[in-house]
Amino acid sequence: MSRYIMVIDTRRCVGCQDCVVACQTENNVPSGYCRDWITETASGEYPTVRLEIRSERCNHCDNPPCVHCCPTGASHVHERGGVVLVTPEKCIGCKACLASCPYDARFIHPKGYADKCTFCIHRVERGLDPACVSVCPTHCMHFGDAEDPLSGVSRLLATRPHHTLLPEAGTKPRIYYLT
Amino acid sequence: MIEYTSTRHNPGIDPTLHLWGWEIPVYLFLGGLVAGLMMLSGYHLLRSRWDHDRAHGHYVTAPLFSLALLSAGMLTLFLDLEHKVQVWRLYLTFRPASPMSWGSWILLLVYPALAASALLTLPDSLPRLVRRLPVLSRVAATLSGRDGTVHLIGFANLVLGAMLGVYTGVLLSALGARPLWNSALLGPLFLFSGLSTGAATLHLLSHLTPRARGDAPGFSDALASVLVTWLRPPSAPEGSRKLEQADNSFLTIELVLLALFFGGLMTSTLAHQTGARLLLTGPWAAPFWVFVVGSGILLPLLLQFLQAQRRIQSTLVPALLVIGGGLALRFILVAAGQASHWSIALP
Ligand code: SF4
Ligand code: SF4
Repeated sequence: MSRYIMVIDTRRCVGCQDCVVACQTENNVPSGYCRDWITETASGEYPTVRLEIRSERCNHCDNPPCVHCCPTGASHVHERGGVVLVTPEKCIGCKACLASCPYDARFIHPKGYADKCTFCIHRVERGLDPACVSVCPTHCMHFGDAEDPLSGVSRLLATRPHHTLLPEAGTKPRIYYLT
Repeated sequence: MIEYTSTRHNPGIDPTLHLWGWEIPVYLFLGGLVAGLMMLSGYHLLRSRWDHDRAHGHYVTAPLFSLALLSAGMLTLFLDLEHKVQVWRLYLTFRPASPMSWGSWILLLVYPALAASALLTLPDSLPRLVRRLPVLSRVAATLSGRDGTVHLIGFANLVLGAMLGVYTGVLLSALGARPLWNSALLGPLFLFSGLSTGAATLHLLSHLTPRARGDAPGFSDALASVLVTWLRPPSAPEGSRKLEQADNSFLTIELVLLALFFGGLMTSTLAHQTGARLLLTGPWAAPFWVFVVGSGILLPLLLQFLQAQRRIQSTLVPALLVIGGGLALRFILVAAGQASHWSIALP
């Protein structure tokens, strides 16, 4: 079984938002909404200030509360790479999954169903990278199979310090940030 | 020092989650209230021999009221759905990890149980209708004919009422991303709040329903009677004192559960403490202390205590305060819970 993950190098990311626009174009994201976004965290006191720029999206958690709480099975784990997806025709728009996500990664599409990042599964199934990964001008984003020890993402995780977001929430997120 | 900026601006999500407006709190309130009514009338059916010639006071109209209130609650739940055409999908599957799935199936069981007790009490609650449709009277007679059937209906109402009441709390507590709701005590808290509002509603009903068979204004005149009874202090009907005592026990347990709920959160992680502070000292503190704890629990406790001691005249004020407090509890918890977040605790 493959286990798709994303590894994002925060030392390279400049917060240009190309990934955000690429996703909106690729996935027809309605205007005023976004499936991925940029955050900046500045911490510390001058002169030892640390700035981290991150491209964030659904973490396709290994322990996804959004899937567990869904009453209809619309939110589910895809057999390919364990990607967390929503079937719009099954979604009743109860918003339980939105409230259960510690990352606030979902939103209600104007057509009424829950929507979020799909890891561009339609591209991945054709052997392509997700749109955000493929357009990044600094090549800071990497996509691949964590089960394969020889994949680029596995090697990056083996050699570089990294962290995930809100690990204390217990969702086992699958987007790793290199620091 | 930490400074955080984000380019995300999704409607309903940013700057803080605001997914649920008035519909869900009203649904949770009505669900809890119906749960309380079901448990109290279920207990009454289990304890007493059903006999149409005896006065059962307020228990007579409770099942019909419950059916109306539950349907209103279901309507508000439906109004909240964003993809209404797919609502039938709830009943194509059962997902044991999803409290909402449990809830929709529990509601499906609650209706027949309530309908059975409503049919049982119909000759007393809607005598004119039953006189016009004798078949209803035959059904009621069949149901009330055997003690075993009456007890089964009572037992079903008691158990399903408890499940419904606990579920309204579990619905929120299962959403682990919102630390304020992260307490297993939310289920029992909502159950006892439902029982206290249920007892208060029975108390209200007891001033509206016939005391003896025959002089019935019936269910249809209930709303008009509410206004009339409100204007003059009613005399305490039979069973009313017992209800006040029951209500006081439920309110006391609710107060203890609230204290334990906050105790648990305040001794947990920083995210949970921050969540609890939203109610204790934060933006929701004023309405919480005034409407939930003050006028929703402490004041009715005191008034009902004084009424029981016959130091003051019995009025409907404590019952109305309890009902208002139950509604405020749901509104405040749903609103503040959405604002509570794990990332608030980030260093
Ligand atoms: S990030 Fe949120 S929406 Fe995505 S899998 Fe995790 S809990 Fe679900
Ligand atoms: S909003 Fe849709 S996907 Fe989310 S929990 Fe409800 S039915 Fe499932």
